[in-house]
Amino acid sequence: MENIVLYSVTALLVVLSWVKDRGKTKQALRKAWKSFENILPQFSGIILMVGILLAFLNADVIGRIIGSSSGWLGVLLASVVGAITLIPGFIAFPTAAMLLQTGAGYMQIGAFISSLMMVGVVTLPLEIKYFGKRAAIWRNALAYVFAFVAALVIGKVMGEL
Amino acid sequence: MKQLKRYVFALIMLAVTGLLILVNRELGLRAVNTTLFSLKEMILILPPIFVLLGLLDVWVPRETMIRFLGEGSGLKGVLIAITLGSAAAGPLYGAFPVAVILMKKGAKFANILLFIGAWSTTKIPMLLFEISSMGLRFAMTRLAVSLTGIFVIAFVVERVLGRQAIDALYTRSAELDS
Repeated sequence: MENIVLYSVTALLVVLSWVKDRGKTKQALRKAWKSFENILPQFSGIILMVGILLAFLNADVIGRIIGSSSGWLGVLLASVVGAITLIPGFIAFPTAAMLLQTGAGYMQIGAFISSLMMVGVVTLPLEIKYFGKRAAIWRNALAYVFAFVAALVIGKVMGEL
Repeated sequence: MKQLKRYVFALIMLAVTGLLILVNRELGLRAVNTTLFSLKEMILILPPIFVLLGLLDVWVPRETMIRFLGEGSGLKGVLIAITLGSAAAGPLYGAFPVAVILMKKGAKFANILLFIGAWSTTKIPMLLFEISSMGLRFAMTRLAVSLTGIFVIAFVVERVLGRQAIDALYTRSAELDS
């Protein structure tokens, strides 16, 4: 659904641009290809690495890590797993809901989802390429700390603390 | 040869995946499956994003971007940055090239950081999904924490980097292709 909207809007704008100015449109498409090609090498490496990582860290393993251990150790492990994995939201949320049913706590799940979404260890090289080492590392480090804040607040609100 | 060198990392990872299949077929195939899945996602989402970026680069004048997101855009700029990020589709790595073009066009660094923050965690489609699978209470609590986090992170990163480093980033974004 999201994709259909994205593609329709893009197609519409390309057509509009083409009608208005062919030269500019060609230039835009050339730029698009250039920036795509620019990240392609690193990107293909990253998705292969994520594949290898997730082969070891499937839902079962993640469930064992944060399901069996409760409290802050579980939160810590959950945040680490979230930081190094790269799982799309539409898989992550159902997985999280499932983990919750199999005994993981809200705090651990909160830390997991927060660090999953905001921290990207495997995409760090890519982020550095765009923003430089300092900005990228600081952003990720702070976002990682925030996963614990999320766990703390969620633990309070959901009545686990 | 130079082209090949760029792909060294990818080739090593490909070799590791191959090795994994040989050592443990089940694990290896699982890795391949995940990679194909990410590849599909990448092929679906990245091309339109880059095309939109190309169009933005060519059509939107720098002055317009500065007015909406630049220095002096104030609260309006903050709201636009967060809305843009929240309306986005796709994983966080899609946000980086967008952010760089916004920088190139003169958006303020704090707004860039807010945009990336919003993209990473307050995306509306994802929020709806989170509500349906985790419940309203959980999702809203996390949203409140995330929003606070986005501002704190933007504030701190900007402070830590300092004017000079930020200027250097802008110079680099300006040199990007063109």
